[in-house]
Amino acid sequence: MKYTLAVLVEDKPGVLTHVSALISRRAFNIVSIAAGYTDEPDITRITLVVDADDQYELEQVVHQLSKLIDVVKITVLNGGESVHRELAMIKVTSLPERRAEIINLVNIFRAHVVDVNKEAMIIELSGEESKIDALCELLREYGVREIVRTGKIAISRGANTAREQMEQ
Amino acid sequence: MLLNGAEIVIECLKRENVEFIFGYPGGAVLPLYDALYKDGFPHILPKHEQAAAHAADAYARTTGRTGVCVATSGPGATNLITGIATAYMDSVPMVIITGQVIVPHIGRDSFQEADTSGITTPVTKHNYLVKDVAQLARTMKEAFFIAGSGRPGPVLVDIAKDVFVAAAEFEYPENVRLRGYSPLTAGDEEAVAELNSLLLASERPLFFIGGGVNLSDTSALMREIVDYTGVPTVTSLMGYGCVANDDPNFFGMIGMHGTYAGNLSTKAADLLIGCGVRFDDRVTGSLEDFASGAKIAHMDIDRAEINKNVVADLKIAGDLRWSLGSLLRRVRETPRPEWQRRLTPWRRRLETWQKEQPLSFTPRDNYVMPQAAVLELSRLADRDAILVTDVGQHQMWAAQFFAFKNPRSFVTSGGLGTMGFGLPAAIGAQVGNPGRQVVCVSGDGGFMMNCQELSTLADLDLPVKLFILNNRYLGMVAQWQRNFFGGRYACSHIPTKTDFVRLAEAMGVRGVRISDPDRLTETLRDALTCAGPVLTEIIIPEDEDVLPMVPSGARLDQMILGGLSR
Repeated sequence: MKYTLAVLVEDKPGVLTHVSALISRRAFNIVSIAAGYTDEPDITRITLVVDADDQYELEQVVHQLSKLIDVVKITVLNGGESVHRELAMIKVTSLPERRAEIINLVNIFRAHVVDVNKEAMIIELSGEESKIDALCELLREYGVREIVRTGKIAISRGANTAREQMEQ
Repeated sequence: MLLNGAEIVIECLKRENVEFIFGYPGGAVLPLYDALYKDGFPHILPKHEQAAAHAADAYARTTGRTGVCVATSGPGATNLITGIATAYMDSVPMVIITGQVIVPHIGRDSFQEADTSGITTPVTKHNYLVKDVAQLARTMKEAFFIAGSGRPGPVLVDIAKDVFVAAAEFEYPENVRLRGYSPLTAGDEEAVAELNSLLLASERPLFFIGGGVNLSDTSALMREIVDYTGVPTVTSLMGYGCVANDDPNFFGMIGMHGTYAGNLSTKAADLLIGCGVRFDDRVTGSLEDFASGAKIAHMDIDRAEINKNVVADLKIAGDLRWSLGSLLRRVRETPRPEWQRRLTPWRRRLETWQKEQPLSFTPRDNYVMPQAAVLELSRLADRDAILVTDVGQHQMWAAQFFAFKNPRSFVTSGGLGTMGFGLPAAIGAQVGNPGRQVVCVSGDGGFMMNCQELSTLADLDLPVKLFILNNRYLGMVAQWQRNFFGGRYACSHIPTKTDFVRLAEAMGVRGVRISDPDRLTETLRDALTCAGPVLTEIIIPEDEDVLPMVPSGARLDQMILGGLSR
């Protein structure tokens, strides 16, 4: 079962080493990891998607990560109560005679074409994992040359913030 | 006060009341050593960085204070790794200071450069790389705070060489503010109340104590609870000494080489209360079968330990100083005779098992038996002696046959099982406890791994009493090969041409050899009472097994027993 964790960490040198070394040492299964700045200058937010067999394993991931000195707060983001997104850029072969077909698909998915030349175009799409998977699948027949995905980021619904929980 | 980085480090050590540092100089720490020289700060110099780490570790285990060791960059730092990992596995508070190449050289494969913070990340509680002298004092303060608080552990501070010579205004922070670190103190009182209720309802409760009781200095609380309630008590290797061996409620160690009574009691108990333990695989045997008839209550300061290996029915996360204190108050609400009367039948059962199968061995003619040597050491050593071991068969015999009396008095590498630990650890224990007798029991394999430290014993005139149980084998490896690998002694037979007695003498330590059992008592007594360090080589049989033994992964009641009489 996959779980999404929002991990707030101090923006200090070595913090990503500490997080990744712990994941490796404890043999946790990580599906994706995405890190970026937040509204607070000294806090980095890491969104981790972990594959855990049961509640105990998830609890271990949370407790072991919490022990890292640089980790300030961990929140488990449940599917229904939070919004999950991923960004993908897909480079697809687009010969002039099939370009219109591809653009049609792009529109259906509310994706964007961000670059185009004689042989290929780059499509940008954000959304839930399944939506991105679906577009990738459909584009396959045109010839997908390269895919880059950010890994999932997630935020809880409602007015509550992870930072508020941190201050509690 | 304007100081350079090296002076700042020393000033921080003084503010933390550090008595000694264990270290070895080198290029990247030259400015630090220059400042140590000028200051006259007490420094212990072993012959190898690994020994500095083990010595600082044993200093911390026996005194309860944070041990400090120092090494240079690159190979100096990598030589510390085994020592750091050993301390990490046994939750020992240590601050490790390493030099790093100058900031502009970092990342360029410079001479004696290694990624020390990267390498040590999995074996430290936390680590730092200091590249700016302005951060140095705060970093040192945090390092000591993190190492010594909560569940203790080693913290490494890697300092670039140019930081040692850069100047900064020195101000030692009063407090540490770390948003991501707030060690547990008191926990949920309701949980302790429930534990008391479970205890009152239980017919066959069992306390299982571990290294956490030693580390938190809660031996007195633990003893009071055990004495008041009469609940039978067993220990892990790391919990020895917290409840004295001669306590009538104490039934020894459980696990792979645990006692018959202890191991059976885990199967028969209806309530097992883990106090500062982590349910290591050497203790549990087959996990599914461990204490399968019991409810499990787990008290620990580290939330991550609870439900890690064994699922707890009752979780009591918090400092043992709080939880055991609270438990003691609550058990006292029930009169002592009531506890004692109710638990007498259960205690009788353990006593019966103990009588049926005490720890024992079969004597052999004309041989000093290793168990007999430990028993004799136990009888002859001072009451407050510190026992240090290396790792292997002798370690288990020491654990089984030495009568432990006091907390923080058994120094052994439990979690990592580090061969070569014994002798350097004995140095640290002796440095930290100058008035106490330090007895080190080692094997012929482990001793040779850091035998260069005999020279340190002599040079510092530390009166460590070293006993080598020599069976000409890597005994524990050989025991497994004998029992599980068809007697094929691959690389475990080590009939060396090296003469340990002459080696000791060459290094400036008195050396004695004994193989005659009739001379055992006299030889041990001489060694223990003479002035200065002495190495006593005790020739023992080649093929003695450590028993009982629970084969790896088996249930604790599936013991291979052995021995006939004491």
